[in-house]
Amino acid sequence: MNRNAVEFQNVSKSYGDKVVIDNLSLSIPEGNIVVLVGPSGCGKTTTMKMINRLIESSSGEVRVFGQEVRKQDRAELRRQIGYVIQQIGLFPHMTIAENISLVPRLTQGRQGHDLTKIDQLLELVGLDAASYRDRYPAELSGGQQQRVGVARALMANPPIILMDEPFSALDPITREQLQDELIRLNEELHKTIVFVTHDMDEALKIADQIIIMQGGQVIQQGTPDQILRHPADDFVRGFIGEKRLASNLSLTVADVMLLQPVKLSRFKGLAEAVQTMQRKRVTAVLVADQDGRYHGIADTNDIYKRYREESLTLEDVMRSDAPTLRPEIALSEAIPLVQDAPFGHVPVVTDGGKLVGLVTRASLVDVLAKPYLEEVVASGE
Amino acid sequence: MVNEILTTFADRWTDILDASLQHMMLSLIALFWAILIAVPLGVLLTRYRKLAGVVLGLVSVLQTIPSLALLGFMIPIFGIGSVPAIIAMVAYALLPILRNTYTGILDVDASLLEAGRGMGMTRFQLLRMLELPLARPMIFAGIRTATVMTIGVATLASFIGAGGLGDLILRGISMVDTGVILAGAIPAAVLAILFDLLLAWTDRMATPKGLRIRKDLHS
Repeated sequence: MNRNAVEFQNVSKSYGDKVVIDNLSLSIPEGNIVVLVGPSGCGKTTTMKMINRLIESSSGEVRVFGQEVRKQDRAELRRQIGYVIQQIGLFPHMTIAENISLVPRLTQGRQGHDLTKIDQLLELVGLDAASYRDRYPAELSGGQQQRVGVARALMANPPIILMDEPFSALDPITREQLQDELIRLNEELHKTIVFVTHDMDEALKIADQIIIMQGGQVIQQGTPDQILRHPADDFVRGFIGEKRLASNLSLTVADVMLLQPVKLSRFKGLAEAVQTMQRKRVTAVLVADQDGRYHGIADTNDIYKRYREESLTLEDVMRSDAPTLRPEIALSEAIPLVQDAPFGHVPVVTDGGKLVGLVTRASLVDVLAKPYLEEVVASGE
Repeated sequence: MVNEILTTFADRWTDILDASLQHMMLSLIALFWAILIAVPLGVLLTRYRKLAGVVLGLVSVLQTIPSLALLGFMIPIFGIGSVPAIIAMVAYALLPILRNTYTGILDVDASLLEAGRGMGMTRFQLLRMLELPLARPMIFAGIRTATVMTIGVATLASFIGAGGLGDLILRGISMVDTGVILAGAIPAAVLAILFDLLLAWTDRMATPKGLRIRKDLHS
């Protein structure tokens, strides 16, 4: 299973003096969705097109399943590699069925027009075979056309499929749908999919492996998680987008804590505590002195369990051993603690034992989601 | 006047029919050769685009020569009769077909061709399955123009003894007989219109539904 479907070894491509691909080596493991991503002009499309020889490399070797592509017949090589481009790629003068059966028809003529297989593929990509088979591309929406494009690439059952920004011309909702379906489809089919995009969100979503390119070179290759956690350099960090990294890496607890949590003196009675909690609509109170010295935390459960004992004060029911955070701690370290804390409340206490704030699960969500919310607001205007 | 014409038509209807048939034959033979030469030549020019300017220029010059003069040039080279007339008519019909074939194929969307290549089409398959079908409406339009022109030029062919409806017109002029002139002129006009309509209908029938939809959307 760990065989490489495609390998590049010291591949370069130049047009005259202009070097587009510079001594590129990479391998694409079989059965994965591998996304080539980078800004326009980074060489990702050129790299992809060298796999099926739409573009010839100037030097180096490109191998598909161990075979040098330059030693193979071009047309034959391409028929064994599925190819999906932006929606314009369907042939307008052919019906949907004729478009899908194109590759087998190239070698077998009319016999390649296998209706059973065509119908199966249409259903596989989520189109009703009976109603779409005999239509023409112009009668379909962009999303439907691209489903047909995917079906067409699957018809000859190729082990490798190349996809060149296939969803970029679609509206965001349709794009999301097709991305989801591509993931689902490949869990079923285990094709090696080489997917080119300039959209990092898309790459993070669908990729098993991401290859980030810039200036004709591979900057980083890894799983989406590896890349998010350990961006190789500033370029990758910039390309991933500050919003995905900055919010949970550079922030500290002090940036996100609530500054005025509900706090009560440890000598308050339980009934008074309950009343305060009801008025402020909270499920827990912090116990601290007037001068801010922190003693503990008590939630509704702690209080109600012993509510009948009228002589007790907060000091008797609070938990003084609950985890606390220091304000200067990085948010990334704080997140797991907040997730595991009882009742999801973690008091923020300085080295000197002074209570300065409170972090709750809700405040974390607010902070982590903020850049995205701002983005939505900005694009909504 | 109308009576006079009707009598001429009634008296000479076998002549008219013969001349019309001859006219049609001349035109169709000329068109046949023009298509046979111009379409492949047009395709070839898209493959050797450097030649295209020269060849299209030459053919345009042929087109610029007044048709009667072109027929005149034929006499010293090929003599008189239907063969030189047909040669002149072919030369005349080349340009619209050639130019439309050339531009029609060049106009085919480059990304469709790349899709085709990427799926493993050979050059011949690209031509047969994509370029020609997609350029066909354009090529057809060229053929239509050439047809109407050829039927018109064929009336002049009788100057170099090729027969056709031009014979009746010329005879009518020399006899100063309006009826005979019209006996040649009306069928020639009707033929041109009929062929144009016929080709328009064929074009519509031959255009795959998928392309018709696209045309409607764009208009």
